[in-house]
Amino acid sequence: MTAIAITPEADLRFYDLDEHDHPDGHSTMLGFWIYLMSDCLIFAILFACYAVLGGNYAAGPGPKDLFELPLVAVNTAMLLFSSITYGFAMLAMQRDQLNQTRLWLLITAVFGGAFLAIELYEFQHLIHIGATPQRSAFLSAFFTLVGTHGLHVTFGTIWLFTLVVQISRKGLIEANKRRLQCLSLFWHFLDVIWIGVFTIVYLMGMLR
Amino acid sequence: MTAQPTPISPIFGRFTLDALPLHEPIIVGTFAAVAIGGLAVLALITRFKLWGWLWNEWFTSVDHKKIGIMYMVLGLVMFLRGFADAIMMRLQQVWAFNGSEGYLNAHHYDQVFTAHGVIMIFFVAMPFVTGLMNYVVPLQIGARDVSFPFLNNFSFWMTTAGAVLVMMSLFVGEFAQTGWLAYPPLSGIAYSPATGVDYYIWALQIAGVGTTLSGINLIATILKMRAPGMTLMKMPVFTWTSLCTNVLIVASFPVLTAVLTLLSLDRYVGTNFFTNDFGGSPMMYVNLIWIWGHPEVYILILPLFGVFSEVTATFSGKKLFGYTSMVYATVVITILSYVVWLHHFFTMGSGASVNSFFGITTMVISIPTGAKLFNWLFTMYRGRIRFELPMMWTVAFMLTFVVGGMTGVLLAVPPADFVLHNSLFLIAHFHNVIIGGVLFGLFAAINFWWPKAFGFRLDPFWGKISFWCWVVGFWLAFMPLYVLGLMGVTRRMRVFDDPSLQIWFAIAALGAVIIAAGIGAMLVQFGVSIWKRDQLRDTTGDPWGGRTLEWSTSSPPPEYNFAFTPVVHSLDAWYDMKTRGHERPLSGYRPIHMPRGTGTGVILSALSLVMGVGLIWYVWWLAGLAFAGILVVAIGHTFNYKRDFHIPAATVETVETGRTRALAAGA
Amino acid sequence: MLSFPRRFRSILRPAAALAALPAMAGCNKMVVLDAAGDVARRQGDLVMISTVLMLLIIVPVMALTIVFAWRYRAANKEARYEPDWDHSTQLELVIWAAPLLIIICLGALTWVGTHLLDPYRAIGRTAPGRPVAATEKPLDIQVVALDWKWLFIYPEQGIATVNELALPTNRPVRFRISASSVMNSFYVPALAGQIYAMPGMETKLHAVLNEPGRYEGFSANYSGAGFSHMRFAVNGLDDAGFAAWARDARQSRNTLDRLAYLRLEQPSENEPHRRFASVEPGLFDAVVNMCVEPGKMCMRDMMAIDARGGLGLAGIHNTRRLSYDKFAARGSNPAPRRGAVTALCEPEAGDGAGSGLAAPVDPSPLLGAGLSRPGERRPGTSDDARRVVAFDPAPPATGKP
Ligand code: HEM
Ligand SMILES: [Cu+2]
Ligand SMILES: [Cu+2]
Repeated sequence: MTAIAITPEADLRFYDLDEHDHPDGHSTMLGFWIYLMSDCLIFAILFACYAVLGGNYAAGPGPKDLFELPLVAVNTAMLLFSSITYGFAMLAMQRDQLNQTRLWLLITAVFGGAFLAIELYEFQHLIHIGATPQRSAFLSAFFTLVGTHGLHVTFGTIWLFTLVVQISRKGLIEANKRRLQCLSLFWHFLDVIWIGVFTIVYLMGMLR
Repeated sequence: MTAQPTPISPIFGRFTLDALPLHEPIIVGTFAAVAIGGLAVLALITRFKLWGWLWNEWFTSVDHKKIGIMYMVLGLVMFLRGFADAIMMRLQQVWAFNGSEGYLNAHHYDQVFTAHGVIMIFFVAMPFVTGLMNYVVPLQIGARDVSFPFLNNFSFWMTTAGAVLVMMSLFVGEFAQTGWLAYPPLSGIAYSPATGVDYYIWALQIAGVGTTLSGINLIATILKMRAPGMTLMKMPVFTWTSLCTNVLIVASFPVLTAVLTLLSLDRYVGTNFFTNDFGGSPMMYVNLIWIWGHPEVYILILPLFGVFSEVTATFSGKKLFGYTSMVYATVVITILSYVVWLHHFFTMGSGASVNSFFGITTMVISIPTGAKLFNWLFTMYRGRIRFELPMMWTVAFMLTFVVGGMTGVLLAVPPADFVLHNSLFLIAHFHNVIIGGVLFGLFAAINFWWPKAFGFRLDPFWGKISFWCWVVGFWLAFMPLYVLGLMGVTRRMRVFDDPSLQIWFAIAALGAVIIAAGIGAMLVQFGVSIWKRDQLRDTTGDPWGGRTLEWSTSSPPPEYNFAFTPVVHSLDAWYDMKTRGHERPLSGYRPIHMPRGTGTGVILSALSLVMGVGLIWYVWWLAGLAFAGILVVAIGHTFNYKRDFHIPAATVETVETGRTRALAAGA
Repeated sequence: MLSFPRRFRSILRPAAALAALPAMAGCNKMVVLDAAGDVARRQGDLVMISTVLMLLIIVPVMALTIVFAWRYRAANKEARYEPDWDHSTQLELVIWAAPLLIIICLGALTWVGTHLLDPYRAIGRTAPGRPVAATEKPLDIQVVALDWKWLFIYPEQGIATVNELALPTNRPVRFRISASSVMNSFYVPALAGQIYAMPGMETKLHAVLNEPGRYEGFSANYSGAGFSHMRFAVNGLDDAGFAAWARDARQSRNTLDRLAYLRLEQPSENEPHRRFASVEPGLFDAVVNMCVEPGKMCMRDMMAIDARGGLGLAGIHNTRRLSYDKFAARGSNPAPRRGAVTALCEPEAGDGAGSGLAAPVDPSPLLGAGLSRPGERRPGTSDDARRVVAFDPAPPATGKP
């Protein structure tokens, strides 16, 4: 948007005669933010469900019987590391270092993948011993909340690989930088959500 | 005689030929009519070789104006379906007395009222409102398109895909028999094992994606794309109400998405969110769905409040009275609409203090709403009111809506709600506000902006016939329901014992028939106006003496809306420009940067539709393939970096010179 | 307070009827505004008072709309025209203050009325000027909404009825309300406002009927195919009449034990009145706790276990004792699921103790023999209800021993 000085009545301008192109994607970051907020609301509902149903074990196992904090701690570490490495990727991007950016992105993907693998292992273990989402409202809420987060990480990872291909092809052009920034927001957002999950589901579950 | 549950075929899922209602003459007849009509339309399109034009100029277009019009067409088509359902209910309810079961059994009747509610809210009111905002907002803020033109096209097609699913349920399988909000446990797998609720879920989920994205899009548009000089407090009221509406959309539809996801997990996976046993809580569903549901009614009405503001100011030839308080009233309503949801279930047994809290917050909303009404009144005061159709609808709204508002506040008094909850009084109340507010507002808007969209006015004669049929029909159709509610008649009833009630249903049915005449007259109005478009032509671009920027450009506006972006100095920017003698620049055109059309939206939503069908019928391979397809197409789309083009300055010059000539000829 | 002098009310009511509709036929009355029970009548009064209060502002607005629309029509060149007049602080104050005042009054009325007419609160009077003595015990009636009929249990009298509710006049009644399968709403317009009936939960309603006579009650919340016929007769009797009625019911040859309840629970429509001479003690509590079937764990116990942290890993497979209607609608009992462990421990003492449950009951309805299964039509659904079940009732992992 061009800045227009409101001129006195005499030569009021009613049209912007020498307009500059709106830079492409000038509202992308705002739009993406709004999207993240709406996604946040979905997580809020899932958290609320967990808060309401989290104590309904249906005479079955509770958090203390099921969760293994050390494993979850490792998992949390994976996600936190991935956020840090994503940060390095962004720094490299700002310095226009394509190879560095790509490298850090791939490292991020590795951490993300590790996170997912550990989560899947945990789920598989729970289901194997019979603590399925069908067993109780608590388990339904648990699997859905954690699983939804996991799905987000999965899509984030797919997106990350897409971006790696795109920056490899087109380089760090404006459009790609914008996309990297969006994914960055997304990735850190998932980190924040995970901290909520870790605290409310795992830590407080063990204290319950 | 132990029947086995229908096995799920790996290829067809739970679909069998029994799912086709071949033994039901009404449905077969409807299907035949729809099929023949549809084929005729397709044949005509082919005959006149319009496919390419439709695809290139409309379906794949990212022009907000065309998308807006397509939304309106969708809303109109679905309105005819929803109204057909209403007529069927009216007929059944006047028929099923004195031991007669009427002509619809429970299986059908229960689908009809559910489908009516779902269609009217999600596929009539929502597309109409979204379409209107899409068309008008960018023009009002002096922008050339929305922030994310591709998303806009995609959103429209997702909404359409949801509508297609609902229509499909009429002919393949069945629709939900749960009421429009599908409360569990009734909507759970045990009590609704067939496809009905799954149609409901996937139709709303797919359409919901579209709605949420379009909400994000319009917020970004309003915040980022306003013409220079247009501060927030210089924004037209319609844009303000649209902004609040879209904030409400983005802050409430995710709740619906989440709660429907949980319901589908219960149905598909066997989780226990809303089950009676294993620790589930059906009451949580009721809470969550209304946390979305109450803001939803404001999503529907707020933009129309904006419309009434524009119309009243324009046709009274006056500035809107109390612009600032109007804006604050809108914002207050937006915020308050999140703290009233419990008024939909006072009868669930929350304590007296909780009930009165939510009752009082609900009443508090009526204060800003009342203030708005007074603002319109005092806009008329000392005006010069021209009673063109938009203004007639506005006055009808003011007289009708206050009654609905009053009964609404009445229902917010918990002890009163205990005796009126779920009764026909409630049905009368919300039709009173929805028809008297949302529909009347839409009709005002259509008559108001039609000349802008198409370059000619709507025929006033048929418009007035339609107006009177609607108004009279509405009062006849719904006042009896207030009476019936006070007589203790509950909603969603299929048959009645007490013969003395029949007369009231007969009056209501008569009202519905008169409304049908009003709808007919409106369709005739559209037809006649297109036929006589040369007589009704408007070359000025400003047929009503408008006040906001959309009237400053030609009718219909060029693809790029404004050759030069207007600069705004005050509220009612166009009125300001007219009174202070602006001059339309006639040279110095520059190339204009515009987004390029794409078919990706159509393809993605078609794939979503297929995925929905697969999930509804348990055809897992199909759902899986469609999902994979969605991923591939979506990722593929991001590899396309060439999403825009420039309209050359020469083209702009040609178009604008044409307009200069037209203006000169008109003057 | 919400007890208005008779005179005031007698002025209000016709005015209301007039306002609501000019052509009101004399034969059917607006029961909501003119009820036979004190609670409903006070609720009806509240409807009237609130309406009148709001008309104070609605009527002027409508009148002004018409006046302004007429006076400032474009054709009337006499009227003043001020195109730039768009603000007046005083006027805006009035605009916000007038509705605010009305809402303050209405809000106060709401707060008081809601607390006074709280269905959970024992009623303070049976009629204007007739307070309830502290020692007077209300008549207890237990209400269960079934698919698609109503069961009423009178613990004091030891009887039960289906689709028939007899009430002694001028005696406070306390309803305890629950449901078997889906949500319904218990509503007798002549008696008192409605309250939801929900499975696994208990809601309460306090009311009194003042005038003897026959009234109607029904479910006011849609509950599926048979909903329209889910109505019951309400019989207002004087004390002697009520005693005679109860005596009569005790002569019935039917009795309501758990098995009879489970049979009754199966979906059906248009059930005729039915009376039971005796009721198995504790039946209503078992209904609320979803443990009428022998061997089912009561909600109350489950919640107690959960409050203590659940049963741990040992409880994982103990699902059959818990499933109520997750896998099949009530009244359409499926065969037991593969490999589910039936019970972890014997039913605790008190879990229906003394109800004669130790005696072997006919298990056939519980095992599904001779009953329709999911996939068949539910009894009572209309002919072409194509209810298909294609949902595998056994979730994959719970089947493992
Ligand atoms: C145009 C004329 C209309 C007529 C004659 C009409 C008639 C009816 C009738 C007869 C019912 C059923 C009442 C009952 O439960 O007994 C109903 C329900 C309903 N209507 Fe309309 N309606 C109309 C327009 C609309 C519109 C425009 C909307 C919303 C935008 C709407 C939304 C609903 C909803 C949400 C329900 C409740 C459905 C349910 O019970 O689940 N209706 N309508
Ligand atoms: Cu509401
Ligand atoms: Cu309402």
